[in-house]
Amino acid sequence: MSEPRTLLAIDHVSKKFGQVTAVDGISLDIRENEFFALLGPSGCGKTTLLRMLAGFETPNDGRILLDGHDIARTPPNKRPVNLMFQSYALFPHMSVRANVSYGLEMERLPAAEIRSRVDAILATTELVPFADRKPEQLSGGQKQRVALARALVKRPRLLLLDEPLGALDKKLRGAMQLELKRLQHEVGITFVIVTHDQEESLVMADRMAVLKDGKLLQCDTPHAIYEHPADRFVADFIGVMNFVPGKASSDGVVAVNGARIAGKVPAALSPGAPAVASVRPERIRLFPSGETANRTTGTVEALAYHGLDLQLHVRTPLSPKPFLVRVTADAADRRPVASGDQVELGWDAADVRIFEE
Amino acid sequence: MAVVSTAIATLLGTLLAIGVEMRRQYGMGLEALIFAPMIIPDIVLAIALLSFFSMLNLTMGLHTIILAHVVFNLAFVCSVVRARLKSFDWSIVEASADLGASALTTFRRVTLPVIAPAVIAGALLAFTLSVDEFIIAFFTAGAGRASTTLPMQIYAMIRFGITPEINALATIVMAVSITALTLSQRLNRGIIGQ
Repeated sequence: MSEPRTLLAIDHVSKKFGQVTAVDGISLDIRENEFFALLGPSGCGKTTLLRMLAGFETPNDGRILLDGHDIARTPPNKRPVNLMFQSYALFPHMSVRANVSYGLEMERLPAAEIRSRVDAILATTELVPFADRKPEQLSGGQKQRVALARALVKRPRLLLLDEPLGALDKKLRGAMQLELKRLQHEVGITFVIVTHDQEESLVMADRMAVLKDGKLLQCDTPHAIYEHPADRFVADFIGVMNFVPGKASSDGVVAVNGARIAGKVPAALSPGAPAVASVRPERIRLFPSGETANRTTGTVEALAYHGLDLQLHVRTPLSPKPFLVRVTADAADRRPVASGDQVELGWDAADVRIFEE
Repeated sequence: MAVVSTAIATLLGTLLAIGVEMRRQYGMGLEALIFAPMIIPDIVLAIALLSFFSMLNLTMGLHTIILAHVVFNLAFVCSVVRARLKSFDWSIVEASADLGASALTTFRRVTLPVIAPAVIAGALLAFTLSVDEFIIAFFTAGAGRASTTLPMQIYAMIRFGITPEINALATIVMAVSITALTLSQRLNRGIIGQ
């Protein structure tokens, strides 16, 4: 595969609303044809950043380069960038077909071309049977597809999606996640999606950026972020993590009860500094056979059955919060556990991540 | 007369309503100012306008009646259109810009069609009020028959006793008013029903 080309470069972009800094000096590169996710809790500045990419907000500082040209001050109607709105923002007085045609009519394309391009996108998004309906006669999922078709038909260089699946129920959301990925491959357009749902961005994104308080915390592939979170916040925000608070030592963290959690200590952390050791629930083994670097015993407080796996809440002396442990249904069948049982937990030093507290 | 003042008031009132709703943070002062012509007693408004016109040395006539009616109709049109805009989804205006439309095209193809029922309802209301309005017209009219509105004509005729013509005219005025008002209500209900 050839070296991916940078399509959009966000260069030290800041945006203030009065006294509040919504976006604080963010720099990011978005590559050609990738599915990029902007992820963060509400109020982290992800939507403001997206609105600056669409042209509805102007940055106070920094540049936004699309194909090398600064578009930070280009109005939205002059950008080869389209936004799919969170509320879908369909025109209520127009039919589905008129909604989708609108953007092409603005480009003053010949009627025949508009017709064929609209027909093609309606077919791709499976909207042909609804072409003559008004938005109010559509279901949530159908409206979402119309909004998508309306933006895609313009063949933008960049498609922005603002919480596109937020209004859909859980089952439909799962289906649409895969559908969006399929469409993105099919049309070959770069997608930038804003979401607060970490699961959604793990599933869909090629690369993702985690934002908090207007600052960029980490930008990498979902796998790299999940396995090697940059700090405690990212570790907590992405997926589920068990934390053991304590003090850093040369080869791990000493927990409050004196137990030692072995793991690689980051160079920046000096011994004795407050630190937190963490481990993913699926990395913890129940009744480990053989040697493991880390071991503890605890009492099962609660059990939750999830079909494929079983989640245990285990009270341990290591931390005030119970440990969350995920075991496969197979393993649980081999050695059943019940609430109140004493269990032994073990995990490897390589699965431990240590952060500054 | 009623048609002209309605047209002007509708145009200005709609634009005013959009302006006010888009910049809502400038709040209360402007709001009070817009509602003022609706609240102030007609007679006060009429005298105020009369002294204003004579201060400017305007010759009274049909045009001064139209201007005066625009002043109070503006408030009614504006409040009807604003009621519709309260539930207006502004993101469709952004969507239109995002899809490549200029501000004017967006207004023509998106904003106006969506708020059209409210605009028409406001216009009909303004027309009704204008047609049978007497006090303001009476004060701001000039001498001569050219600037005599229908209610003024009726008033003039009534001084010589009630004739069948007056009954006929009154019936016409009432019929026009009721029709316009009913239509306006219909349209407004359509908006709320959406």
